[in-house]
Amino acid sequence: MQIFFCILLGFLVVCAISASLSKNLLNSILIFMSYSLIMSIIWILLESPDLAITEAAVGAGVTTVLFFVTLKKIHAIIRTEKKEGEETDE
Amino acid sequence: MSRRLSDDEYQKTLSFKLRQWLDGTKDPFLDVVETKPQEIVIEDRDGQDRRKKERNLIYEQVYDLKNNREMKWFERIYRVLSVAFCIFLVVMLLFAVSGLPTFGDPKNPANNEVSKRYIEKGLQETGAVNIVTGMILDYRAFDTLGESHVLFIATCTVLILLRTDKKYGKDTIEYREANDRTHEPKNDVILQTVAKILVPPIFIFGIYVILGGHLGPGGGFSGGAVIGAGLILYVNAFGFAKTERFFTAKTYKIMSFSALACYSLAKSYSFYTGANHIESVIPLGTPGAILSSGLILVLNICVGVVVAGTMYTFYVMFRKGGY
Repeated sequence: MQIFFCILLGFLVVCAISASLSKNLLNSILIFMSYSLIMSIIWILLESPDLAITEAAVGAGVTTVLFFVTLKKIHAIIRTEKKEGEETDE
Repeated sequence: MSRRLSDDEYQKTLSFKLRQWLDGTKDPFLDVVETKPQEIVIEDRDGQDRRKKERNLIYEQVYDLKNNREMKWFERIYRVLSVAFCIFLVVMLLFAVSGLPTFGDPKNPANNEVSKRYIEKGLQETGAVNIVTGMILDYRAFDTLGESHVLFIATCTVLILLRTDKKYGKDTIEYREANDRTHEPKNDVILQTVAKILVPPIFIFGIYVILGGHLGPGGGFSGGAVIGAGLILYVNAFGFAKTERFFTAKTYKIMSFSALACYSLAKSYSFYTGANHIESVIPLGTPGAILSSGLILVLNICVGVVVAGTMYTFYVMFRKGGY
């Protein structure tokens, strides 16, 4: 169990760093979502299932969806698609 | 296809009508809904040019990046200072963490008479098996009332910031931008099938978490968030036309107002009796039963309703800027 806990904490640190270093905004949101999921498992291991439910619903669910909608509104998702398309055309 | 009836007879049966209703192609009350074909929005040249021009205008005239020496110096110093500040913050926090008491030490300052009282007499005084719920909704219910109001105020702020004006016509860019469902397939079969299977269990789990808040892990906030997430999934799959049949701005107003008012009234009653040392008439019930622990169940339901409505309203505001 201790090893499992350590692996999860390692994942947490990796997720936190890569979310801030990722160039693509969409990727960093997905990484942030996995961060929340790992965090909710850690809450269960720390014996606070109340927080685990909240973290999974708010952190991984609602916040991520709101981020996605915001990205769509500022045309961040569409722009990356266009860039990739242009590169393949050239 | 092993169908015994012919097409004409099959279309008269009840199962066909049920099927139509489930698929969303025909509604018994509203007749045919959401069969409008997808229209593709292409932003015209003027809009793109205008946006580019505005961006360039800001860079050239406001900042004047090419000739502005102060701006260059500011950028350099800003970079150095930001790194220095981050390192300073990290060192400070690590230094503070090293001074914290060790995890699980019985002599920790958090282990005082307050938590002892909660653990020893919590079940007796609140009737809640889950001590955490007993704490946040009985001993410290005033804080939770404030949290609910913070959520409500946050929704009001989002409403003020993101609500779109109705003065735009249907053909303007602003209207199309706001109604961005036109960019995507309207009836996604995979999403709809998954939503059809997943949404009812999500709702039931949310209701279970709310109602069982005083018996096990859970409570109003987490259950409300789960239900809100389920509503968002439903909207994504089936579109706003379907949710607006049961959830509009008016519903949200009535829901959150009545829940907050109910919470405030229930809590002011118990504060009044508690402050004047009057015996409360609300029975605590047997611990472990679902109708027990006094007002906690009612308060949980109120918080859950507010949170579920708030989550969904956030999503709608971000998406459309109005119901």
